[in-house]
Amino acid sequence: MPLIEFTDKGLYCAQGQFYIDPWQAVDKAIITHAHSDHARWGSKYYLCHHQTKPILQLRLGNNNYESVGWNEPVYMNAVKITLHPAGHIIGSSQIRVEYNGEVWVVSGDYKTENDGISGQFEPVPCHTFITESTFGLPIYHWQPQEVQFAAMRKWIQENKKAGRTSLLLAYSLGKAQRVIKNLADNVDHVFVHGAVYNTQQVFKNAGWNFPETEKVTADISKELFHQNLVVAPGSAADSPWIKKMQPVSVGVCSGWMQVRGNVRRKNIDAGFVLSDHADWNGLLASVKATGASKVYVTHGFQSAFSRYLNENGIEAGEVKTAFGNEEEEEALPDQIGIETGANTE
Amino acid sequence: MEDSIHITSTRTTAPVSEEKAGMRLFTELVNVLGTSTKTNDKLDALSHYFALADDKDKVWVIAIFSGRRPKRAVNSSQLQQWCIEMINLPPWLFEESYHTVGDLAETIALLLPESNRTQYPQTLSWYIEKFIVLQKKDESLRKQFIIDSWMQMDKEERFVFNKLLTGGFRIGVSQKTMVNALARTVKLDASVIAHRISGNWDPVTTSFAQLLSEESVSMDFSKPYPFYLAYALEEEPGTLGDPHQWQAEWKWDGIRGQLIKRNNELFVWSRGEELMTDKFPEYHALKEMLPDGIVLDGEIIPSIEKKPLPFALLQTRIGRKNVTKKQLQETPITFFAYDLLEWEGKDYRDIPLQSRRETLEKLVEQTNYPGLIISPVIEFTGWQQLAGIRSASRDMGAEGLMLKRKDSVYQAGRKRGDWWKWKIDPLVIDCVMIYAQKGHGRRSNLYTDYTFAVKDGDKLVSFTKAYSGLTDKEFAEVDNFVKRNALEKFGPVRTVRPELVFEIAFEGIAASARHKSGVALRFPRISRWRKDKKPDEINTLEDLKKMLELYGK
Repeated sequence: MPLIEFTDKGLYCAQGQFYIDPWQAVDKAIITHAHSDHARWGSKYYLCHHQTKPILQLRLGNNNYESVGWNEPVYMNAVKITLHPAGHIIGSSQIRVEYNGEVWVVSGDYKTENDGISGQFEPVPCHTFITESTFGLPIYHWQPQEVQFAAMRKWIQENKKAGRTSLLLAYSLGKAQRVIKNLADNVDHVFVHGAVYNTQQVFKNAGWNFPETEKVTADISKELFHQNLVVAPGSAADSPWIKKMQPVSVGVCSGWMQVRGNVRRKNIDAGFVLSDHADWNGLLASVKATGASKVYVTHGFQSAFSRYLNENGIEAGEVKTAFGNEEEEEALPDQIGIETGANTE
Repeated sequence: MEDSIHITSTRTTAPVSEEKAGMRLFTELVNVLGTSTKTNDKLDALSHYFALADDKDKVWVIAIFSGRRPKRAVNSSQLQQWCIEMINLPPWLFEESYHTVGDLAETIALLLPESNRTQYPQTLSWYIEKFIVLQKKDESLRKQFIIDSWMQMDKEERFVFNKLLTGGFRIGVSQKTMVNALARTVKLDASVIAHRISGNWDPVTTSFAQLLSEESVSMDFSKPYPFYLAYALEEEPGTLGDPHQWQAEWKWDGIRGQLIKRNNELFVWSRGEELMTDKFPEYHALKEMLPDGIVLDGEIIPSIEKKPLPFALLQTRIGRKNVTKKQLQETPITFFAYDLLEWEGKDYRDIPLQSRRETLEKLVEQTNYPGLIISPVIEFTGWQQLAGIRSASRDMGAEGLMLKRKDSVYQAGRKRGDWWKWKIDPLVIDCVMIYAQKGHGRRSNLYTDYTFAVKDGDKLVSFTKAYSGLTDKEFAEVDNFVKRNALEKFGPVRTVRPELVFEIAFEGIAASARHKSGVALRFPRISRWRKDKKPDEINTLEDLKKMLELYGK
């Protein structure tokens, strides 16, 4: 029996009797990171990284949580479990599972660039690697984040000059913290949507030294908006919420912005190619660095990426999972209210 | 000064200046035009461009944005091949990428290795003029030129460069916006600009000054006037006021055209500003019959005994390089004239419609030639009566009515107020989606191109594709359905479980040997997602054939 199986409820280790990021309620769940398609409600026990725990508490309420640091082993029925930085968002972890000398690693979501807050992704040597493939096509190639932040700063300057609000749509957990940290110095106020504010507060309470943000309220003047930055999740773009900010320039931060059609489809003013996932080269380099002889490819372009690995001497298979693709789901206005990805039922 | 220019052009390191020029300036323009959602921003970007760019480049920009693209120096499969060789990836992965991006020029721009340029790219006109020279050169030379050029460009510039090579520069700017920006830059009236840049001119030999000069109009005898286009009437016609102030005509489903005779030469222009004189030998006799200095506006339509034939037949005519005798007999082309824009060499557009029409009617009557007829005016006294006449449009081979204010002047471009098109409701049929494919441009990586089927006994028969008619939200919903319900994969096409029922609207139907169903539709689009209907409640092939019988003859 393989050490980790692909079951209806998710990735399952029978020997250790635990699931990793299950999409149904189970007895024991190990959570790679706190995004909603990976961390679901209802399980009896959750194991995660210390930095992930406060966000789980915010999103899932009080539960039986246990948290650990990087590389601190936990044993479950003789299976050794350790967490390693995945670089995706704060607290995001790869899960290393070892039993009888056999090692599997579940990547969760990851990115290879160090964004300064999510930790430096580290390749973990293993026999079998389960990798995501959100951007698993060679058209996806990221520039260093500083290039994108420079473009955003220029955009904010131009908006200020033209008397327009700079409204940046970014996922409330992950992308929002990155842009606020890197852009706050360019404005006097960072106004944020409630979802972003709550997440930001949790991190502040946990000791993160993040810039001050202010909730958007009805009494903020138009002029104040026009000279400052607003950060909100994609769902806010369509709401009456932004009427007060007009004229407004809407920018979106997402890896999907790499393709022009996506920028045009969203009817937005600026697309910034800023992702929390690895690009094609990042995925390839990571797979190779693990030294794994068998690779399973999950959510994303799994068919193309696994075929390419096979043709290049790395045995790979596709696995269907219920993990979505939050860069698209939350960040983009016209996706709201629509299930994407697949097989949640 | 001479010296410093010389030094700049031979330096081998990139100049530090942020001031953009040439291809970089053009790329910046394309970026704004492609992503901006506001017409005013596009107008500003174009004015900015026209103020800064090199004159030669401006001429090419006007040419490209008015549909006069340079001839292809290389074809798409060569570009694809050279890119694949450079990046050392398997061809299937290129294909996979292309289906996701939905645009070949962009796919290549995204896949090429990063440039390590030491110099900025050249001007736009420099590249285009190279393309023209390269058409006659060996493939190896063309390949070398393309690869060298790619390696001098960043991702955005490569996209624009590839677009120039592959043609089809649709980047979200209308000719009207470009004309308005140009008018603002050179401080002339937009309608004057529109006229001056119309017609037959060669961007290689025309300078910016020549193009916009007054002489250009009198020197080029072929030049058509910008067409006056109508908006669709959305309110009740009663809102137009007194019916006696309005002229009603049939709205024909042909090609809008201008027939010009000047300097004893005859020219036929389509609305797309394509010179089509040679396509229609039927009109050639008019060169001898019409007086000189004349421009007619009307519809190019195949017809027998003044009754139009289906549009599909016109398509068989324009698709051919040479017209056969058989075609001349079976689909004789007529010019249904409805306006007179120039008379005795004088611009007639500011004269009220009623007077233009009087002269036109006399002219057509005197010419007395079967290839030129007058598009009749419909007599009516009240709007309700006219609505009754409109409902019989299909029997006339028309797609509705045109309403024109009798005292209206002939304006340039699409304008509200004096002219309206009042089309009849389209034909509709309920059907089920059976195939889906990813779209292009703003719909890339979304399943938005669908094929639909009707019932034939217990089988399904595909009969049309449709690409438009759903909201972005509905497209996302269907896209999601396709991803969950794909049955088979044929290249980029997915067969899907036949569950989603749609109502397809179309303007006409004709027999077709090329389609499995035996019919071809005109302007099919999705009019409604019939969530209330099940797949077994859709229309049948029999129903389609009945429609063909009724409206397709």
